Amino acid sequence: MAMSKRKRAKVVRLVQYGILVALILVLAFTANWGKIRSTFFDLEVAKGMFPEVITVGLFNTVIYTALGFGFGLAIALVLALMRLSTVRVYRWISGLYIEFFRGLPALLVILAVGTGVPLAFGTFLDKYVALMIALGIVASAYMAETLRAGIQAVPRGQVEAARSLGMSPGRTMVTIVIPQAFKIILPPLTNELILLTKDSSLALFLGASVTEYELTQFGRVALNESRSLTPVLVAGLCYLIITIPLSYLSRYLERRTGGKKISTPESTGLGVSS
Amino acid sequence: MTEPTDNEVVVEVTGLSKSFGDLEVLRGIDLRVTRGEVVCVIGPSGSGKSTLLRCVNLLEEPNGGTVVVNGIELTDPDVDIDTARAKIGMVFQSFNLFAHLNVLNNLTVAQRKVLKRSQAEAEEKALANLDRVGLTGRENSLPNQLSGGQQQRVAIARALSMDPDVMLFDEPTSALDPELVGDVLGVMRKLADDGMTMLVVTHEMQFAREVADKVLFMDGGYVVEQGPPAQVIGDPQEERTKTFLSRVLNPVHPEAN
Repeated sequence: MAMSKRKRAKVVRLVQYGILVALILVLAFTANWGKIRSTFFDLEVAKGMFPEVITVGLFNTVIYTALGFGFGLAIALVLALMRLSTVRVYRWISGLYIEFFRGLPALLVILAVGTGVPLAFGTFLDKYVALMIALGIVASAYMAETLRAGIQAVPRGQVEAARSLGMSPGRTMVTIVIPQAFKIILPPLTNELILLTKDSSLALFLGASVTEYELTQFGRVALNESRSLTPVLVAGLCYLIITIPLSYLSRYLERRTGGKKISTPESTGLGVSS
Repeated sequence: MTEPTDNEVVVEVTGLSKSFGDLEVLRGIDLRVTRGEVVCVIGPSGSGKSTLLRCVNLLEEPNGGTVVVNGIELTDPDVDIDTARAKIGMVFQSFNLFAHLNVLNNLTVAQRKVLKRSQAEAEEKALANLDRVGLTGRENSLPNQLSGGQQQRVAIARALSMDPDVMLFDEPTSALDPELVGDVLGVMRKLADDGMTMLVVTHEMQFAREVADKVLFMDGGYVVEQGPPAQVIGDPQEERTKTFLSRVLNPVHPEAN
């Protein structure tokens, strides 16, 4: 039997709402709400986590991420410039580094730096330094390609104008190209910062003293003590405090730059929306 | 052309050739610009006139021939090209203002980084040149807040701030809306009147006719005809020049010529 377009749309919509209401009703009558609340939303347990979850957990997560991001950006800039070098060996080294570390799980790199380096060199490596290096290495492999694409996305005419005013190639790169490249790649860089914030949770595999706990480790320890899942929920919310504003910032920046798309091999992986 | 005896040669191009792959764009160009002279290069698109201009400050590397500016041979591989370029002003078709810098910084950045002028000196120079192109008060604008005509005038002021010995113009009005062309040509005419040495690639025949001391007509990588504008534009001798000029000057009825 033929339905008009308008009628069909109406029926389809009604069916969808119907399913949703049915699901909610089933959940409401079958679930053991008391049990669920004491498992996930135990207010006493949640209160007990404050203020340390912020002053220690959130604080360390931010510090680890910031250190790794800063260090990673510095390496990424060097790698990107090597990738664009006229010397073939530099291009090879940079390409090799990027392929190697992009292909490894972040956890392996963190374990290698955090436990491998002290073993191999017989030195003590500060937790903060170890994570800065490890997270930096992980982030740099991705950011290098983004930066390279950003540098190449700066219009050729900008370079020609700078060179015709007598600027050297290096001066042109530093004064004219790189500042504009950063403007172009701010949205994907913000996404990388979000990914790195979450990757910093892998620090818990290195073991740490109480003051070095980041959010995930803080939540895990609290979980063992309380026999309630509430600490996981609280830690999760703390991550969202960081990541949701960042993702809004990223979308805002993308709109402001006119959504200029740059092509990097992992632009889809970075979640750069089209 | 009369051989200038007392006039100092600023640009001397000899036997210049340039190929892009198999495509020969310039096939032995000779060109001389003396101090204070305004030379306009005209010709159909693809004739090599922009490439010629870009070879004069070596934005394009020539395959053969020499380019000498102010007595310095730019085609010498050991030349300090950056120092030489600082004294050769270049104005592009697409303006190429530094998009991340405001007007004032566009005008001062090369003065400070290349000529090592102090901030105060650079700003003084910049403001004077901004006044010269009629844009006083726009020093805090960003390039994308300006019209095309204003951007091109800022670009001219940027080049002038380096105190160049010669100014190269690469089709400076071709990207502009018709009603904005006049502002830019007005600035260029004033520059010429002030005695600036200028090499101009242009489609503006009226400008060439009224301002140029010498006009070169290029086609197919050669200089086909050159001389004073009254001769080249007013009374062309070569068939190719006549055809080109009739198309440009009378685009609606080309067959009437």
